[in-house]
Amino acid sequence: MDFVSIKKRLLKFSRSAWTPFAAIPIALGIGAIVLLISGYDPIQAYAAMWQGAFKDRTAITEVLIKATPLIFIGAGLAVAFRCSIWNIGAEGQFYAGAVAATAVGIYLGDLPRFLLVPMVLIAGASSGALWGMLAAFLKNRFGANEVVTTIMLNYIAIFITGWLVTGPMIETAGLFAQTAKISQNAWLWRFLPPTRLHTGFILALVLAIVLYIIIFKTSLGYTIRAVGINPDAARYAGINVKRKVLLAMAISGGAAGLGGAVEVAAISYRLYQLISPGYGFDGIAVSLLVNNNPLGVIFSGILFGALRSGAEVMQMNAKVPSVLVFLIQGLVVLSVVAFGVYSYVSKEKEE
Amino acid sequence: MELIPSILFLQSILAATWRMATPILYAAVGEVFSEKAGVINIGLEGVMLIGAFSAYSVAFESGSLWLGLLAAILAGILSGLIFAFFTITIKANQIVVGAAFNMIGMGITGFLYRSMYSVSAVPLGLKTFQSVEIPFLSSIPFFGEVLFKHNIMVYGTLLVVPLATFVLYKTAFGLSIRAVGEHPKAADTVGVNVFRMRYLSVMIGTALAAVGGAFLVLAYADQFVEGVVSGRGFIALAVVVFGRWKPWGAFWSSLLFGIFYALQLRIQTMPDVNIPYQFLQALPYLATLLVLVGFNKRRVQAPKTLGVPYK
Repeated sequence: MDFVSIKKRLLKFSRSAWTPFAAIPIALGIGAIVLLISGYDPIQAYAAMWQGAFKDRTAITEVLIKATPLIFIGAGLAVAFRCSIWNIGAEGQFYAGAVAATAVGIYLGDLPRFLLVPMVLIAGASSGALWGMLAAFLKNRFGANEVVTTIMLNYIAIFITGWLVTGPMIETAGLFAQTAKISQNAWLWRFLPPTRLHTGFILALVLAIVLYIIIFKTSLGYTIRAVGINPDAARYAGINVKRKVLLAMAISGGAAGLGGAVEVAAISYRLYQLISPGYGFDGIAVSLLVNNNPLGVIFSGILFGALRSGAEVMQMNAKVPSVLVFLIQGLVVLSVVAFGVYSYVSKEKEE
Repeated sequence: MELIPSILFLQSILAATWRMATPILYAAVGEVFSEKAGVINIGLEGVMLIGAFSAYSVAFESGSLWLGLLAAILAGILSGLIFAFFTITIKANQIVVGAAFNMIGMGITGFLYRSMYSVSAVPLGLKTFQSVEIPFLSSIPFFGEVLFKHNIMVYGTLLVVPLATFVLYKTAFGLSIRAVGEHPKAADTVGVNVFRMRYLSVMIGTALAAVGGAFLVLAYADQFVEGVVSGRGFIALAVVVFGRWKPWGAFWSSLLFGIFYALQLRIQTMPDVNIPYQFLQALPYLATLLVLVGFNKRRVQAPKTLGVPYK
């Protein structure tokens, strides 16, 4: 490796590494201006947010719990985005996973723990993967734009969930729009009582590392990225582009579905209509923030978990509406964009 | 079903169809401009939300629906300016910026709504645009009800669609827009300012999307609720594809979606129908999927450089 290419690599690394650190203050700064204009005290609001996220051990574990679904979803999306498949459907894939996991957890509840836990997770992952592959199939077979199809599939998954929890799967008491609790044999281990921190968080870390290795250290990952950079060139080089698209969506959807299964098996223990407060959309920003690097997703997932967790406390203590977080997330993505990470020009220069 | 009730049923569905299609149609016609010039804006949903909130808050504070509409248009133009800056000047990936716009739209409107109106003591409803009955025509049986008893923003689509067609296909301006979407280099060579054309097209697009959002609070429901747009921005994207990137195409295909919305709403109110309401609600989204699948042979007609920035 000659000097120029080392320098190039270093430059490239440094840019993608420092971007998040510059993007977040910018987004929080603009958020502060919005807070000021609307008559809130931004310092008080952000202080409450910080307090809510980090004040003690329980708060910190709650951040990690919130980060868990974001890491699952973000790491999966990183794979799809690296393949230039714009999967906006992680929300629906998360729901698909949660539904399948709940069904297994309830209807096969008599199975012993060592069987049931893996089955719940596998059911979630495969259900999410199938929901994602549906969009890939529609793209490959009919050329349907995945941005639109995945969004439509989100709505459909959420409506199906709504129907299930008010109809066929409603709890026996029938009071609330929710299913019965899943069997205790399906619960994930909360290993740090009295906090709710669970083994699903560890699983999320493992998945992020595995996906990082697949994407950056294997020839399969190389071909997926090749399709993402230039599908025509990849096709010319003999890569089966449609197959990679299908695979990328399967990984992406599978990771989101696994996230849904973990949420059910470790936190909610049952399914209800709003089991995801928009994790699938947060996951987009989580992945984009770190330039679609599954390892980086661990960092950005925890950051966004802290934002979400902190925002709830901010709403309670400083009376600032927590939806502000969506604004900050969008601004984070725009700031990252402004540094040129997703610009065509810089991509060409690198090549 | 008896003959008279079924005609009444059909009449009520068709009368609602045009109204339900209107917000999607405004957004879709706008997106036709944007995409013709080579810029895809998946942030339509966010822009529609921004339009809806601007229209609502200004109309509510000033008491004038027209000022509300104007505010929505201005907010739409401003959103378009920002979107264009990122996608055209910075040349960022259009999908990424669009996704960010959706988050920002949801965040800013939800935040402002909750800070400004969630604890309001006064009633929050607007006096919306009322139906204007066209003299004579509105008394024609069946057709009068279906076509000639709508509010001004619904009729407005009959102005916007031919106007858009005229601008795109009969003016030098429209020719330039189409040229920068098909062959930006060639257009550049003959002296068309590619950047300026794309900026303008994006801003026309977001202004019309904001009008679509404004319709929802000024002429449909009478107040803003969070997420009021509920996917119409995304459906508009599908409508553009289905309408072959033409304003009249967008008109007919958004009417098709209007039928699904109208059917869904109408069936939900029928006491003797036992379909779970979630299936009915899913209908327009399912229809979008099917349409994308069934009619994608028409993809050939997409502007050639859609999604690709110009150097």
